Amino acid sequence: MTCLPENPSGKKLGLVTDLDICVGCHACAVQCKEWNTNGISGPLSDTDPYGADPSGVWFNRVHTYEIEDQEDGTSRTVHFPKSCLHCDDAPCVTVCPTGASYKRAEDGIVLVNPDTCIGCKLCSWACPYGAREYDQAEGVMKKCTMCVDRIYNENLSEEARIPVCVSTCPAGARHFGDLGDPTTDISKLVAERNGFDLMPGMGTAPVNKYLPPRSGAARTKALGAPRMLSIDQPPKKKAGRLTSWIDQVLSGGKV
Amino acid sequence: MHPAKSVIFFTTATGAGYGLLVALFAYSLLGEAPADNSFTWGAFFSAFFLIIAGLLSSTLHLGHPMRAWRALSQWRSSWLSREGVAAMLTFIPAGLFLYSWLTFGMTSVYTFLFGALTAILSLATVYCTAMIYVSLKAIPAWRNLWTLPVYLSFSIMTGTVLFNFLVELFAVPTSRLPLYSSVGFLLYGYLFKGFYWVFVKSAPKVATIQSATGLKASSIRQLDAPHDSANYLMDEMGFRIARKHARKLWPLSIFFGFVAPTAILALSFVSNLGGDVYPAGLALFYMTIGVVIERWLFFAEAKHVVTLYYGEEKV
Repeated sequence: MTCLPENPSGKKLGLVTDLDICVGCHACAVQCKEWNTNGISGPLSDTDPYGADPSGVWFNRVHTYEIEDQEDGTSRTVHFPKSCLHCDDAPCVTVCPTGASYKRAEDGIVLVNPDTCIGCKLCSWACPYGAREYDQAEGVMKKCTMCVDRIYNENLSEEARIPVCVSTCPAGARHFGDLGDPTTDISKLVAERNGFDLMPGMGTAPVNKYLPPRSGAARTKALGAPRMLSIDQPPKKKAGRLTSWIDQVLSGGKV
Repeated sequence: MHPAKSVIFFTTATGAGYGLLVALFAYSLLGEAPADNSFTWGAFFSAFFLIIAGLLSSTLHLGHPMRAWRALSQWRSSWLSREGVAAMLTFIPAGLFLYSWLTFGMTSVYTFLFGALTAILSLATVYCTAMIYVSLKAIPAWRNLWTLPVYLSFSIMTGTVLFNFLVELFAVPTSRLPLYSSVGFLLYGYLFKGFYWVFVKSAPKVATIQSATGLKASSIRQLDAPHDSANYLMDEMGFRIARKHARKLWPLSIFFGFVAPTAILALSFVSNLGGDVYPAGLALFYMTIGVVIERWLFFAEAKHVVTLYYGEEKV
């Protein structure tokens, strides 16, 4: 049934992406494709994969933006991974005419049943974020499953039961957890770092959040990075006797 | 938005078919339709043909046309599903409308009852079609006050001009009402379309690259796209070809869809050429070209907010 769940459990499994530290390596996107092409939504077909104009199904895409004149006057490059935001008020679900799209009451994950999808693409029109993909080969819509075939998979070790984009990120820019519970680490992270929604004006109430890039000073402080040394600053530690003598000799006795 | 040919044919053909059913009801109610069985058969056949051909064509853009029946199940939440249900329901009173017209005559109470039900369900189907587009927040151009009146008035307009032609084709017209109402509905349809175009040109933008990315910076420029080549989203949602030619196309739509048929029909009643099938047919032909261009522009001009991630600054 494509109505949104009437009695959601309150659990909202979601992702948090830290735009401050994403390095734009595309590992999440590639590993996502790798896992999901073998997973419940697979295969994720490609057309003309080795030709001049390749195209294919991707659940994760990384954009790179150049931003100028931030609030602190600086400019920088921001890498921007984007996948389904598993919205609370998911327009892709309610427009579905067949009931193939649904939002799970137990954890808020939005999924597509490939056996009843007619491939009308209306869900991709309804989604403001471009999270819906049309599989040309199979004629059905596909999307991020929040790695539902990993996170509940008892054949995997407990630490591996997280979405593959999170486990593969070398920079630790992606986080996974229950965003419906304010006491979880991920919810605290969002609160602490002023996590935000994409296009809040669309009324979709996304579950996934983004953490903003931090200004240079704030980031240095947060990361505990050492202060840059000034060339004029006298060294804190006095040089030893031998070093001082060599310095004196080489400087022509002027020091 | 990518203008799928099957969807353009679907909305144009079913719009005219349902508009024709509404016109048949209105004229039977007034007792102004030709009392000629060949007209009745011809008109109902045209309406059913347009509706069935349109519905079949709409399934052609599906990934799985054979599963189309499943689309009737989610009427509680989906306008697309409601459209399908309304379209299927309309066939029942429409068949009975034809039956009672042929059996009891156009002014009988049964013809009135089934005709009224047919007209209501026909308009409801067109209403649902329009609401599919109006309900999409991600496509701000469609989310305005005029989309719904344009769909309804274009349905009645195309249906009436078609009705006028069928009267000329199958019978000797006894009244000039079809001619007058054709001109009236052409004016009315393109008046709403005019408001729609003014809105699309002047409406405030609802989303920006800043709101799409949440980044607080005055200038945001895409440095690298996710892929070297276009993906599904860019082909389906970022269609640009017609948008580029929009300035040339909408005057053509107004000329073919409104100016030419109105002039031909007006001339035919001023110069007493009425009662001739050729001007009525020519007006129908020109109007169809204009309406197809209009429908093409409806899709091609509409920008989807996902294009913000791919280089658009405001939508």
